[in-house]
Amino acid sequence: MSLNKRILTFLSICLSLALLVTAGCSSPSGPGGGAPNDAAGEIKIGVVATLSGDGADYGVSIKRGLETARDRINGAGGINGRKISLVIEDSHGDKNEAINAVQKLINRDRVLAIIGPTNSGEMFAAGPVADKAGVVIMGTSNTARGIGEIGPYVFRNSLPEDNIIPITVRKSKEKLGFNRVALLYSSNNDWAVSSAKTFEEALREQGVAIVETQTFADGDTNFQAQLTRVAAAKPEALAVSALYKEAALLLIQARQQGINLPVMGGNGFNDPELIKIAGEAAEGALVGSPWYAGKDDPAVRDFVEEYKKRYHTVPNQFAAQSYDALGIMAEALKTEGAAADRARFRDALAAIKDYRGVTGRFSFDENGNPLMDAVVLQIAGGTYREVK
Amino acid sequence: MFWQQVVNGLTAGATYALVAAGYTLVFGVLEIINMAHAEIFMIGAFIGLLLVTGTCCPVWAAVAGAMIGAGLLGWALERLALRPLRKQGVSHLAPLISTIGVSIFLMSLAMKIFGPQSVRFPASVEPRFFNLFGTVNISLLQIVILGISLALVAALKVLLARTRLGKALRAVAENPEAAGLMGVNVNSVMAAAVVMASALGGAAGVLVGLQFNAVSPTMGIAYGLKGLAIIIVGGMGSVAGAVAGGLLLGAAEVLAIAYIGSSYRDAVAFIILIAVLLIKPSGIFGKLEGRKG
Repeated sequence: MSLNKRILTFLSICLSLALLVTAGCSSPSGPGGGAPNDAAGEIKIGVVATLSGDGADYGVSIKRGLETARDRINGAGGINGRKISLVIEDSHGDKNEAINAVQKLINRDRVLAIIGPTNSGEMFAAGPVADKAGVVIMGTSNTARGIGEIGPYVFRNSLPEDNIIPITVRKSKEKLGFNRVALLYSSNNDWAVSSAKTFEEALREQGVAIVETQTFADGDTNFQAQLTRVAAAKPEALAVSALYKEAALLLIQARQQGINLPVMGGNGFNDPELIKIAGEAAEGALVGSPWYAGKDDPAVRDFVEEYKKRYHTVPNQFAAQSYDALGIMAEALKTEGAAADRARFRDALAAIKDYRGVTGRFSFDENGNPLMDAVVLQIAGGTYREVK
Repeated sequence: MFWQQVVNGLTAGATYALVAAGYTLVFGVLEIINMAHAEIFMIGAFIGLLLVTGTCCPVWAAVAGAMIGAGLLGWALERLALRPLRKQGVSHLAPLISTIGVSIFLMSLAMKIFGPQSVRFPASVEPRFFNLFGTVNISLLQIVILGISLALVAALKVLLARTRLGKALRAVAENPEAAGLMGVNVNSVMAAAVVMASALGGAAGVLVGLQFNAVSPTMGIAYGLKGLAIIIVGGMGSVAGAVAGGLLLGAAEVLAIAYIGSSYRDAVAFIILIAVLLIKPSGIFGKLEGRKG
């Protein structure tokens, strides 16, 4: 009896505290948070990225890409004399944290627009919040279907896998001429399942037969049973949709079983970690990417050099895409009145056409998703090279 | 292809058996479940990895080094987390909790030292194949893994049956008080049991690392759960049961993936284990009645 009472008191204290905290959060300013920025000072852009926990690699690259872009824009005189400043929040890869960060940026920091969050799942949670408040939110790393479709204020400049995989399949087939493919994917990861479907459609369109489909789960380490089935079906190439860790183990075990076939990968293959774990077994793997650091283009060379000087590493696709994202926003800010008004900024951004960034020529489609080309890369000599 | 899959299953099962033998040895002698065993297994894998990448060593030396390292860790575990509790005569749940504590500590330590990413073994065994009966390709690596695991379990069996230490272990397992009265040093025998179990776990860690190339601080969790399931199905405290249970689970998993689908792997494997328990509740090699403390 007394225990029950104590639990009750404890719960009621917790509840009242929780109420106090939420009330405290929402009271200072209503939704929308009034006008952004001060009229003349810096133009504040909010950033939500996964800077700690799983996926911190992605967030750190994004932050570096954005800071490089900010310094470049400000160094060249800013936007009509006004400098851009970044307000950076860590979402820890968590949907709720992403929502909190977006609310803080809108209501407390009163940013003009937001870049991020990192994962598609976070964007599906936080995008509607910004959209409802009438603040532009732009993903630089979300590759799932339906991001731009969340609302008129939601944009992204990262190319979805729906666009990249068909290009990967077409180019790989041109180069290697296979007709029988085995498909392997992680069946408990929404993103991997969706890109496996895209692989299936793209292969069918190219007239390639899928002779075997095998699945596994994120976290699995033993792929021998699946690979034995695959080998028995005698394919001429493999298509794999998985995160880099599972993909790397799968490649190693395939080689151990004597399966020496060309492998096409989804976006999980687009990570130098894959080469680090799989080593020799990763050689020859093909993957589509919006970014290629070795591209013969002065803008790309300048960016790679600048980035290397700052962080002593070659920028990856996340750094490149976020570098371009701030560049695209800066372009839109040059429009009359866009720097002081969130709605005008949104219209200016949506009107961006043929922006030339380091990831290529860029436009938004009517939903705020990117229209751009991907390159196909092949792993050779422990690094990615463009397939011509 | 069926027999190829059976070979795959048995190689996976052999390492399960090795992990389970460690659990069963500690349970048989100390009557506790050592929840830190899975993390000792993981540390063993890292020690093997350091030996293979760092310096010289061929596979057998990596296995031996991992066994020594894991054995020392087992000794420390017994001295620091088990013996003090035993002296105070606390309930059987206390060592369970203290070993969980050690397991969390070891996992965090490995995270701190090696980072959360998986690391791979360098290709230390060439991918060479032997053809059996025209249909089955068994790789050199698979032979090495099967051979080392089965040899180690066989050595354990011989040690238990034929040596003085084995006799002492069996005596303590039967009744520690009586064994003590007969002049057996119960504390050292219990320490020996934990050290041997840990050494087996360390060897299993290296073999799993070689087999799947994924060594990470969290690799022990799945193997720990499988090891526990195996000793229950095989019969608590029985080494033969650990081997039979391990091979059964390995084969069941692989055949489930190959013929039913990967999402049903654990479901099928555990349905088989439950079926075994329904037919023989004490496990395949279990005696109906355990020792009464």
